[in-house]
Amino acid sequence: MSDDIKANKTVDLKGQVCPYTFVRSKLAIEKMNLGEVLEIVLDHKPAVENVPKSMENEGQKVLKIDQTGEKEWHVFIRKDKEKKK
Amino acid sequence: MEFTEDQILRYSRHIILPEVGGDGQEKLLNAKVVLVGAGGLGSPVGYYLAAAGVGTIGVIDNDRVEMSNLQRQIAHNTKRLGVLKADSAKETYETLNHDVKVVTHKERLTSANIKGIIKDYDIVVDGSDNFPTRYLVNDACVMLKKTLISAAVFRFEGQVLSIYPGDGPCYRCLFEVPPPAGMVPSCQEAGILGVVTGVVGTLQATEVVKAILGIGDPLKGRLLLWNALEMSFRIVKVPRNPECPVCGKNPTITELIDYEQFCQMSH
Repeated sequence: MSDDIKANKTVDLKGQVCPYTFVRSKLAIEKMNLGEVLEIVLDHKPAVENVPKSMENEGQKVLKIDQTGEKEWHVFIRKDKEKKK
Repeated sequence: MEFTEDQILRYSRHIILPEVGGDGQEKLLNAKVVLVGAGGLGSPVGYYLAAAGVGTIGVIDNDRVEMSNLQRQIAHNTKRLGVLKADSAKETYETLNHDVKVVTHKERLTSANIKGIIKDYDIVVDGSDNFPTRYLVNDACVMLKKTLISAAVFRFEGQVLSIYPGDGPCYRCLFEVPPPAGMVPSCQEAGILGVVTGVVGTLQATEVVKAILGIGDPLKGRLLLWNALEMSFRIVKVPRNPECPVCGKNPTITELIDYEQFCQMSH
């Protein structure tokens, strides 16, 4: 786990596969404020590549990806962009 | 809002889109759209709006399903012959998506009832098959400032125009008055390739969804013409007419008009 990055919100998406890993991460970050950090817990390997890539496509900042177990990753995303309403 | 598990799955391909997202899906679920007619055009419009999760869909139609409708009117089916089209469409759309509430208006639109019906909706979709209704809907939408997605089909062709009253032309800016009765082809002469209503209705549905989400460029002041045989799309820029009798500076039409219905078949 990370010492230097503090998450404002954590979504546990273990057991979830693509594209729902991204769908659920996106729904979570939409409700957050700019500058806040979302922690996403994943156990689906392809999602560890895909979710950060999709988040970057939407203008969010990938801060860190920690592998904490053989099949467990923690992805930290900072909300940098608010969709125009 | 919090999406249910089913909604996350159902709308996942919308939510993924940067231009839609969860908040866009919420706009769709909160939107109220009314269809003028559940026929060739209205059927696919309502079908896709229901699939998209447009929360309230009004259906104005007082006809019953006939065998000759089924070559193009995909909201209905053979088991529903004789059923009111509004009820048939409600069954189809609500079965597709339980998030959708279909409100039926089983009456013919007139100058007396139209404003009361459309006032509660955000967007009006014209899928009518006759000029009196087309002009009535245009004028009422201008007067109530309702966004109107207008379309028409004929044989192998179709046209679409999105009308934002006060901002871009209305139908009368293009065609000031209905054509004289003798100029209108009879129902028998006209004919329509069934799939043409599907393409044009789906284009209308696209304009509705864009309007709800506030994305892209609408067909505002741009008349889209499509020809199925040539498989050609053309866009003609159409200006607002400052002298338009209904949306111009000094409107002469301030009350709704019931033009006489005419179909040469009945003569």
